[in-house]
Amino acid sequence: MSNKTDSNIYTILFAIGMVVVVGSLLAFVAQTLKPTIDENKRIEKQQNILYAMGVNENEESSAVFIADDKVGAEFQKYITKQLIITNETNVVEDDQAYLIDIKKEQSNAKEGKERRLPLFIGEKDGKTFYVAPIRGKGLWDAVWAYVAMDANMVVQGAYFDHKGETAGLGANIKERYFMDDFIGEHLKDASGNFTGIAISKSNGDPLNNDKTDNEVDAIAGATITGDGVAAMIKSELRLYVPYFNTLKTN
Amino acid sequence: MGLLSKKDSKLILDPLADNNPITIQVLGICSALAITAQLKASIVMTISVIFVMGVGNVVMSLIRNIIPSKIRIIVQLTVVASLVIIVDQVLKAYSYQLSKELGAFIGLIITNCIIMGRFEAFALGNGVWRSFLDGIGNALGYGIILIIVGFFRELLGSGTLLGYKVLGDPIEKTGLYATGYENNGFMLLAPMALIVVGIIIWVQRSKNPALVEDH
Repeated sequence: MSNKTDSNIYTILFAIGMVVVVGSLLAFVAQTLKPTIDENKRIEKQQNILYAMGVNENEESSAVFIADDKVGAEFQKYITKQLIITNETNVVEDDQAYLIDIKKEQSNAKEGKERRLPLFIGEKDGKTFYVAPIRGKGLWDAVWAYVAMDANMVVQGAYFDHKGETAGLGANIKERYFMDDFIGEHLKDASGNFTGIAISKSNGDPLNNDKTDNEVDAIAGATITGDGVAAMIKSELRLYVPYFNTLKTN
Repeated sequence: MGLLSKKDSKLILDPLADNNPITIQVLGICSALAITAQLKASIVMTISVIFVMGVGNVVMSLIRNIIPSKIRIIVQLTVVASLVIIVDQVLKAYSYQLSKELGAFIGLIITNCIIMGRFEAFALGNGVWRSFLDGIGNALGYGIILIIVGFFRELLGSGTLLGYKVLGDPIEKTGLYATGYENNGFMLLAPMALIVVGIIIWVQRSKNPALVEDH
């Protein structure tokens, strides 16, 4: 190292130069890739929604989405209506509803502002599915889900995902053996009150034959992730209850 | 290795065994604990680290004569951080599923002390080509241990390899599970990664006593 590089002026100039170069490089990379990344996210949302209502290419035991290049057309075909719900009487259709950022809506609600609830209505084999996107907290970071229900709030399918749950433990909420347990499970109890679905370690029903107990079997070693998922289902899907009540009276 | 001189090929081969960053230099342990619960994550982490270390060492070597020594650690950090961000963005754009599965792991590359260690110890004092080889060699040496640990942790902890159920189905009790075998959930937790690394260190040193330090 020469003495020249030790001077304070040189050090400061070098630091400024470095920040400018690195800053513009990263900004350039981010800007160039942004459209591709946004498109990936959009495709993923459509795939998640379709997955929940059973439009997927599942193999024996692994969860497989519909292919990237087909998802746009399939989404058009199966999703008949996209709704934005603000309260029982204010329900509007919006074909961009699937782009609503749930995280943003949740923080809006916290600040006392109005929260928009997106709901996707799909038709498949003569059955109507109501798919709701929900979001909550796991052990390390966010967990979220797309839950497909029928008009009586019986789960017809679910897709779970997470940002950073422990690999091999909490991360298994996106495995078929966990997600498939929710199919057919009731969100309301026998008298019609919304109770959610608990993730239970002790329900004595590991094969999940009892669909009306409002419980599914937990994943060993993933207690806190499981509790987070149950809390998310309970607090988020409850918000949709008024809308489902209007379906009955109509 | 006809392409490389003996001295150059040592740069690649040494870190694989006798000067392994994890088992001999005991660097990069934190990420070895964090991401080795599954083989796939280990492999992708290895590939990402190879890229970051190869390119990073080259960049550091190129600018080694103009870096003010007072802020060289900050410069090193900036180089690693930028490379990691680029890897993360490129994965998000062109391999979205994979980048989602890796999530926080990619960001963890920044915390990998092997990278800054090699910048400081090698790239700042050596030419571009030798620094490149040194980066690749050390990343491979790191990756080999990651993959070995990931292999055993996923096999014994989940009974799977790369997600395939190689030992049978634990819920339906087929394959090995029919004999009463159970997965060892403890393997999935960080302490077992340390113990597996410890066993590798033990095996390596008992095969080559020259590696045992005198105390």
